[in-house]
Amino acid sequence: MARDASFLLRFAPYCVFGCMVLAASIVPMVATGLPFAPAADVIALVGLLATARVFMALAAMDAGTAFGSMGARREMLVAGLAEPALLMVFFMPSLIVGSTSLTTIVETLAYQPFALHPSLAFAAVAFVMVLLAENARIPVDNPATHLELTMIHEAMLLEYSGRYLALMEWAHALKLMVYAGIGIALFAPWGVSPAGRWDLVPAALAALAAKLFIGGLALAILETVSAKMRIFRAPEFLGMAFLLAVLGMLILLLQGPPR
Amino acid sequence: MNALPGAIPARLAEVDAAGWRATGAAVRARGGRLLSLWAADRRDLGEGHVAFAAFAGAEGLLLLRLPLANRDAPSAPDLSDLFLPAVRLQRACTDLSGVAFEVARDPRPWLRHGAWPAGVHPLRRDFVARQSFAPVPDDYPFVSVAGEGVHEIPVGPVHAGIIEPGHFRFSVLGERVLRLEERLGYKHKGIEKRFETLAAAEAHRLAGRVSGDSTVAVAWAYAMALEAAWGVQLPARALWLRALLLERERIANHLGDLGMLGNDAGLAFGLAQFGRLKECWLQDNARLWCHRYLMDAIVPGGVGVDLATEQHADLHEAVTELEAEVLELRAVYDEHAGLQDRFRGCGQLSPDLALRLGLTGIAARASGQARDLRVDFPVLPWDVLGVRACTQTGGDVAARVALRFDEIAESLRLLRAVLDDLPEGDCRVPLPAPRAGLGLGWVEGWRGEVLVALETGADCRVRRCHPHDPSWQNWPALEHAVIGNIVPDFPLINKSFNLSYAGVDL
Repeated sequence: MARDASFLLRFAPYCVFGCMVLAASIVPMVATGLPFAPAADVIALVGLLATARVFMALAAMDAGTAFGSMGARREMLVAGLAEPALLMVFFMPSLIVGSTSLTTIVETLAYQPFALHPSLAFAAVAFVMVLLAENARIPVDNPATHLELTMIHEAMLLEYSGRYLALMEWAHALKLMVYAGIGIALFAPWGVSPAGRWDLVPAALAALAAKLFIGGLALAILETVSAKMRIFRAPEFLGMAFLLAVLGMLILLLQGPPR
Repeated sequence: MNALPGAIPARLAEVDAAGWRATGAAVRARGGRLLSLWAADRRDLGEGHVAFAAFAGAEGLLLLRLPLANRDAPSAPDLSDLFLPAVRLQRACTDLSGVAFEVARDPRPWLRHGAWPAGVHPLRRDFVARQSFAPVPDDYPFVSVAGEGVHEIPVGPVHAGIIEPGHFRFSVLGERVLRLEERLGYKHKGIEKRFETLAAAEAHRLAGRVSGDSTVAVAWAYAMALEAAWGVQLPARALWLRALLLERERIANHLGDLGMLGNDAGLAFGLAQFGRLKECWLQDNARLWCHRYLMDAIVPGGVGVDLATEQHADLHEAVTELEAEVLELRAVYDEHAGLQDRFRGCGQLSPDLALRLGLTGIAARASGQARDLRVDFPVLPWDVLGVRACTQTGGDVAARVALRFDEIAESLRLLRAVLDDLPEGDCRVPLPAPRAGLGLGWVEGWRGEVLVALETGADCRVRRCHPHDPSWQNWPALEHAVIGNIVPDFPLINKSFNLSYAGVDL
């Protein structure tokens, strides 16, 4: 660890990890009625992810190395474009359901009679693009690279070692889990156990495992067949995500007010 | 001017200081290039220091010999205004041999990183190789770029991955590279000094370890130089087998590079596929020549291991299989939009710049310079095999990728031709009694033209051996190729050149 860095470098991993734990405890993956669920709706969730990112970028610049600030700068470029797209994705189910609370969204979408929502299909594609960008996956970033000049997320962690690095890596894994959870909650909420139904929890766990397996497989295939983009293609990529989300929203508005 | 022995057309001329520059200017005017530059200490023979320069022209090699008058502080005229590669070659020569170059434009050290003090020159005969010095501070002044918003990114010599050490100093504006300055020399091991302690007939083993990925090329160049100096005539079978080994080395390296280029663009599929093909190829090497990278397969007087007739069928089959797989993978690379988007227009070197920089090897051929020793000077066995020159004109990463695919196809064709027409006979001849002599070896390795200049003493030892890697010419070109590109594209551009650190640090 850098000796001449401020307390921020050591403090940031706890902050980032705390944010991710809180985010993970809000997203209903297995059951609704989570104890922390009333604490934050989808907009606050986006804020929580942003808080973690701000601390991570500050810590990366704190050590004063060229790679840290380079990574922080690129992360902010990606994040600044991904966040509006993510908010637009969240607005669509919120408009369908009439609430920004994830619990309400999941309960309504999972237990309502079968209905096709074309706008959600647009939102799902946009969400996958945001997921790839936000979690430092190919084609936006390469989590497996050792080339320090091409890194985004990894460049911010170059000054970390030991338990701080472990905590950062853990927080990063949690972030991917949170995103997978959000994806499941918004676009495949079937099988989530309603509040108070403990008997349905084992089935919900099995459903979650199956969904994560399919999601993981899809991510692996996607990453294998694509190459990493040039960094200045990222704005086009995320602009496309935003555009898709807006198209979904327009379709929703054209369809008329939700029942 | 008299002709030097050996198959490669080479002439030796002794000049004075005025002739040194005049010849350089004449070579340049006729489109020739500076290959290498070094100095030898002959004070123990009652002479002074001697500077050597090797030029390549349409007629072959021209070796200039310039005796330097001053025995303690020798100096030679500067050639760096005529030939750009001379800048670093002269700096290295000053560090190692203590030959100053008058009005040299860049007086900074190159290989001396503070491991030995200024004024000490390891390649002088009176330098004792076993001594060590207290490290001195190494304040290397990089060229700085001024301007609003310009900042520097220092990279290396210790990298995040396990790669060779080199320092890269980027001056950038945002993500755009304004200037790159390289600093090498972290792997200086004193190879040239070590050569002087070895018997000439055995030093091919050290030559084969100058740069591990070019072991066949350097060992062949060394053997060629020794055979020229001692007047050894090789049987045809030995030459054919050497060609086989050289093409196998070329294919193995191109396969590895193509995989790494895919991987650096984020396509791990490419690395996995080409990694598999390269591994099978290397295992064949280990099976037939007892070494994965073919070290020590070439020995002075021939080749170390003969090829049995029953192995021909195996090799033929391996060639056919590899050809089919590479064709398939080439289609994948060509049709992958994401990959082509990274490759096209990235790290472009125009043919005009390539000519002025005196580029060599794959970097030159990817920038439209049809320059290949196997084609330009078709000595045995290349004249019989009939090598077709591969060139691309794009000069970008995509061109260097396409050229590697082309060269693999051509090398596979050559391998087939060698296997079909392998002459019968001995694969090795005994060496004559050692004698003093001077010989040059010049071989088109996978990276470019490798030159070995060898001077043997009367006592069976190497008196002076200078192995020259093509990376000397191509490292400065990399600095030009990245200008105007963005920082995250540098690793890809660097990999598309894949230059040697060990080969130039010596």
